[in-house]
Amino acid sequence: MNYFDHLAFGIYPYIAFAVMLIGSWIRYDREQYSWKTSSSQLLEKKELRRGSIPFHIGILAILGGHAVGLLTPAEVWHVLGISASFKQMIAMGVGGFFGLICLYGLVILLKRRLTNPRVRASSNPMDIALLWLLLAQLLLGLTSIFVSAGHMDGSEMLKLMAWAQNTVTFDSAEAVAAMQGVHWIFKAHIVLGMTLFVVFPFSRLVHMLSVPLQYIRRPHQIVRQRFVR
Amino acid sequence: MSHLLDKLRFFKTRSTPFAEGHGITTNQDRTWEQGYRQRWQHDKIVRSTHGVNCTGSCSWKIYVKDGLVTWETQQTDYPRTRPDLPNHEPRGCPRGASYSWYIYSANRLKYPKVRQHLMKLWREAKAVHQDPVLAWQSIVSDPVKAKSYKERRGLGGFIRASWDEVNELIAAANIYTTKQHGPDRVTGFSPIPAMSMVSYAAGARYLSLIGGNCLSFYDWYCDLPPSSPQVWGEQTDVPESADWYNSNYIIVWGSNVPQTRTPDAHFLSEVRYKGTKTCVITSDYSEASKFGDTWLAPKQGTDAALAMAFGHVILKEFHVDSPSSYFTDYVRRYTDMPMLVLLEEHDGKLTQGRFLRAADLVDNLGEANNPDWKTIGVKQDGSLTSPNGAIGYRWGQNTNQVGKWNLEQKDKDGDIELKLSLIDAHDSIAEVAFPYFGGAPHEYKYFQHTEHDEVQIRRIPVRKVQLKDGTEALVATVYDLTLAHYGVDNGTAFGLTDPNRAQSYADNVPYTPAWQQAITGVEPEALIRVAREFARNADKTRGRSMVIVGAALNHWYHMDMNYRGLINMLMMCGCIGQSGGGWAHYVGQEKLRPQTGWAPLAFALDWQKPPRHMNGTSFFYNHASQWRYEKLDMAEVVSPLANKEKWTGSIIDFNSRAERMGWLPSAPQLGTNPLHLVSKAKAAGLDVKDYVVNELKNGSLKFACQEPENPQNFPRNMFIWRSNLLGSSGKGHEYMLRHLLGTKHGLLGKDLGGFGGKKPEDVQWSDNAAEGKVDLWVTLDFRMSTTCLYSDIVLPTATWYEKDDMNTSDMHPFIHPLSAAIDPVWEARSDWEIFKGIAKEFSRLCPGHLGVETDLVTTPMHHDTPAELAQPYGVKAWWKGECEAIPGLTMPHLNVVERDYPNTYQRFTSLGPLLEKAGNGGKGISWDTKNEVHFLKELNRTHTAEGVNKGLARIDSAIDACEVILSLAPETNGQVAVKAWAALSKITGRDHRHLALNKEDEKIRWRDIVAQPRKIISSPTWSGLEDEHVSYNAGYTNVHELIPWRTITGRQQFYQDHEWMRDFGEQQCAYKPPINLKTVAPVLHKKPNGNKEIVLNWITPHQKWGIHSTYSDNLLMLTLSRGGPIVWLSELDAKAAGIEDNDWIEIFNVNGAIAARAVVSQRVPEGMSMMYHAQERIVNVPGAETTGTRGGIHNSVTRAVMKPTHMIGGYAQQAYGFNYYGTVGCNRDEFVIVRKMSNVDWLDTK
Repeated sequence: MNYFDHLAFGIYPYIAFAVMLIGSWIRYDREQYSWKTSSSQLLEKKELRRGSIPFHIGILAILGGHAVGLLTPAEVWHVLGISASFKQMIAMGVGGFFGLICLYGLVILLKRRLTNPRVRASSNPMDIALLWLLLAQLLLGLTSIFVSAGHMDGSEMLKLMAWAQNTVTFDSAEAVAAMQGVHWIFKAHIVLGMTLFVVFPFSRLVHMLSVPLQYIRRPHQIVRQRFVR
Repeated sequence: MSHLLDKLRFFKTRSTPFAEGHGITTNQDRTWEQGYRQRWQHDKIVRSTHGVNCTGSCSWKIYVKDGLVTWETQQTDYPRTRPDLPNHEPRGCPRGASYSWYIYSANRLKYPKVRQHLMKLWREAKAVHQDPVLAWQSIVSDPVKAKSYKERRGLGGFIRASWDEVNELIAAANIYTTKQHGPDRVTGFSPIPAMSMVSYAAGARYLSLIGGNCLSFYDWYCDLPPSSPQVWGEQTDVPESADWYNSNYIIVWGSNVPQTRTPDAHFLSEVRYKGTKTCVITSDYSEASKFGDTWLAPKQGTDAALAMAFGHVILKEFHVDSPSSYFTDYVRRYTDMPMLVLLEEHDGKLTQGRFLRAADLVDNLGEANNPDWKTIGVKQDGSLTSPNGAIGYRWGQNTNQVGKWNLEQKDKDGDIELKLSLIDAHDSIAEVAFPYFGGAPHEYKYFQHTEHDEVQIRRIPVRKVQLKDGTEALVATVYDLTLAHYGVDNGTAFGLTDPNRAQSYADNVPYTPAWQQAITGVEPEALIRVAREFARNADKTRGRSMVIVGAALNHWYHMDMNYRGLINMLMMCGCIGQSGGGWAHYVGQEKLRPQTGWAPLAFALDWQKPPRHMNGTSFFYNHASQWRYEKLDMAEVVSPLANKEKWTGSIIDFNSRAERMGWLPSAPQLGTNPLHLVSKAKAAGLDVKDYVVNELKNGSLKFACQEPENPQNFPRNMFIWRSNLLGSSGKGHEYMLRHLLGTKHGLLGKDLGGFGGKKPEDVQWSDNAAEGKVDLWVTLDFRMSTTCLYSDIVLPTATWYEKDDMNTSDMHPFIHPLSAAIDPVWEARSDWEIFKGIAKEFSRLCPGHLGVETDLVTTPMHHDTPAELAQPYGVKAWWKGECEAIPGLTMPHLNVVERDYPNTYQRFTSLGPLLEKAGNGGKGISWDTKNEVHFLKELNRTHTAEGVNKGLARIDSAIDACEVILSLAPETNGQVAVKAWAALSKITGRDHRHLALNKEDEKIRWRDIVAQPRKIISSPTWSGLEDEHVSYNAGYTNVHELIPWRTITGRQQFYQDHEWMRDFGEQQCAYKPPINLKTVAPVLHKKPNGNKEIVLNWITPHQKWGIHSTYSDNLLMLTLSRGGPIVWLSELDAKAAGIEDNDWIEIFNVNGAIAARAVVSQRVPEGMSMMYHAQERIVNVPGAETTGTRGGIHNSVTRAVMKPTHMIGGYAQQAYGFNYYGTVGCNRDEFVIVRKMSNVDWLDTK
């Protein structure tokens, strides 16, 4: 266990989460008007539609897959009768499928942001940097499929699950230990992933926290009381 | 506390469903709603407006929140108009609504600023000299030091300074200049008093007290139509926009109503719903074009040709073939058409001479008073008569007799009816020569000519008249001459055939519809239809046909031809002075409604008379040394029938002659310090006037205008306030930079010495051109304008939402205020306080330098004074011995004025005693005003401290100043209005008091107009009425009260008979093509950058995104447009030059260069380029390739050029008046080279 592993997989995740949580809180409290998707739909519609929808479908599926895949204890899978190797195959297949959809959307969005003069002019550096970050992270994730293909037994995946689960249960020593011998692609993927958490409160990613899901099933009319008791 | 924590209410959230689950009631946090609610909350609303020469003059609500101005919206509380007339509101436009941006913008001036280098010199000098005046002397008398700060002008380097320090510097400079060179070497330029009267008055009062010059602006802006004084003896009087609604046929001619008259455009829309037909005449496809039922697009600058052809049709069909009885009666009563003109023989040809006068006839035709100025007509019985109303009746009338200066159809013997034509009562038929100008080819072949002889012969019915000297003379009526000149045949029915007149509209004879097509490109059929509709409507409605006209016609060298052409149409159709009829010229906020109340305050007439006034165009033409580059030879523009030997001089010569003959004012006036003349005269034992006349005659004293390059005659100190002279109106911008300021400039041409041109005859030439003539240039502004950038000192003034002032316009009859919503921010002060502060410091520094001094002031022969009768015959130069030098008759008046310099401040802040002694007045009438002065003593309180102003009414604050104006003016004080009408009644012999009697007790005061805009009271200062029955319309009282126009005949003038007018062939309106300024050839293809160069006509119209209510550096406006300087090109020209929309292009000629972006648009006709004027050179402007200097403004490629006919003085309506008559700064005849830039250099490296 070298110093870098300790820093990257034992400490950085907590820093990243802390920055995301506290940063988002501060931004939510202090910069309410900046809490938005910063949509450029007004400036350009056609390309956005072509890119944004596949991108979001892909990224939501991937995000969900990561959460379920990484944080569900191995025991649960065992009880369900799903073997590690089978789970990995599902992850590779479904993840790869949605990853490609996401990549398709992301490339369109990135090209649009860089080449459409109106969108470009109204972009701030973070808007552009974020797309590059996501692209890098996505490519790392997709590349990792090829690495995984060399370990069809799921052992590599179990290490990553162990890392994630130990991290969220604040057992950082175990988490770091779990990362020993993991392929560098995964390591890079994790570090970059944590970096996305760091970037989160400083970018338009915050819109994730305000997805208006309640619209789907709320009553037609909402009356807010005049005096809040 | 925290948005997030407040949301975390999982256990306290309650929600009660209702309506079967379709709705719920929740107790969610609602504080976020505050954001929306507070967005439009404010602490107070204050009434103000935008004081920037915007005819809109709209009243606005200014919203203040937490001590900050937040936004503005339109006021909607104007007094209602009468039933069936739309209201004036809503008024306002997006430009005005963007104004509040300035107050807190980065471009706001916050502190007094001085250029660092000058400040260093000043502080060093102060360390050596305790006396600030001596300190200033030590700087400007050292050529090295003086040059060192002058050459840095415009190159940045401002530092903050304190008010005390800048006031001391300015006062010291003024005192030194006054003492060393004379008070008339101190000059101020501020335009358009109507846009903020007190601010104007502040500087003008200070300058007038110390003897400085106030420059005119209306003429310099070229918004003054000289045709108006020529035809009517009236500066400009126009209908309010509501009167458009009374019209039944409107021609919108060269005026972009929706764009530049935005708040008034609704009347034009509304009247079209009423059924009024409109014809729009614009060369480009402007926003106004869509208002037209017909759109005619003549080539720009050829409008006179179109107007002449319209006139041809109207005369032919409505005066000759089937005469309209209304038209015939109107021209007989209200125009000079029945007046007799002498025919003079020149080189064997009969030409049109001057008007026949009573003094020409035996026994002066029984007229003892001013027979030289009484014009003659023919009665129905064939006898000659001098009808009432000629200008000779205006002055010198015995006060015991009933006045006869009126338009009653009478002469001294009773009722008369004048003959219009002599066709049925002629003694013979004479062949008379008329000049024709349309045959001259244009250098760039852009303007087309016709193949007609430059002298056109017409056969005219004439009478023989026995003159006093025993000779016989031939005379003809203006009516007959006009028909002949227009080529209209009226003789066939009487057996008189004239082969040179048109027999049909298809004849190619000047000025038929067929003839004009070659010049204007307009289809004759369309023209004939519009002319018929226009005249037929006027005939049926007694004059309800109107022409709305604007800068597109007035900014040409021969603007008076364009204008007289359409004015003639209106006079032929009896439209002037009728509701819904007449001309509607709007090119500036010139109508200062309470003018006679304002003038004493502004020009310190309550302390001393006369003030020093100067016509701006001549001043800048002279002192920016623009004359040194003059290439227009007068031989090119005078009539083929004129004696060309008289016209060999350069333009500056004619201006100098006009000054010496007492026609035009001078600044500086004499070639010496006028404070020294009285003591010199005393030493010589002579009366000062005799002394000066002697010295002038023997040549030991000269007029300053004869030696403009002599350092004694430089305009040493300049004040600019309420103006962006160098960024906007400064024609010949680069000449100003070089010669007035002495700094970096972009001039590409050589002066007359440089290229061997013809030098002036009278004005001294020196091969070394003076540079940096101005020692101190002070600008007051609230934003860092182009002018500020070039100033030595910049003073931060209050914005329009930070001061108390007043505003009027010709577009509506209301007077309303600018009032202070907030105090001036940072260290800004209002103009009134700034000049008060300078006056105070000036007074403090005077001891030891200036005491009570005697000044000699020269003034020209003014219009509306008896001096307008000075020179009835011919043009005579006293210095050549052609006449005696008599002040006020053959040369300027010489006036002795006592100046109490140490008490300048005391005088500034109190209403002086002269008003009680001399009364008040204007436009040729005067009245006693003791009551009003007494009232002001009670209202404003008096000064109580010992001193020259003890017991006099205070004028401490700007509101005090407003009350002075409102109390003294007939327009805002009913009692004064009645007095004014009574004064006029004495001269006309008709009782006009009924026009104001019903408002005698009405007094409009400051608090009244703050509460609501107030409609003004009718006064004889203006020719229209403000009452419950008619909308304001120019000439209304002339027609309906029979008050004469202030012209030689007392009538509207088709004919101009001054010798110079005749030499220019402008006795009648004629088509004169644009002049050739020769500014392109010397640089065309001489400085290649690899791109194709094309030559285009240069047009600088009013802005869409700036001028009028805000400026073009306003961020909101920049965002709506292209964010920087733009020039419009036609698609064809752009293609030819390889230019695409938004390319950077360079525009240049010998005058300088401009860098701008191209707007390529089908709006623009081929051959024209347009740059909206007053685009600041401070935002998004790169360097021009040819000059290497930043950008240039629209005037970088122009140079002022003057027309001698505008210099005429001492001749009835053609007599000088401040902003009334004088040279004008035209600029549309200019051509430029346009090409794509190959290298856009932002000059950011240094």
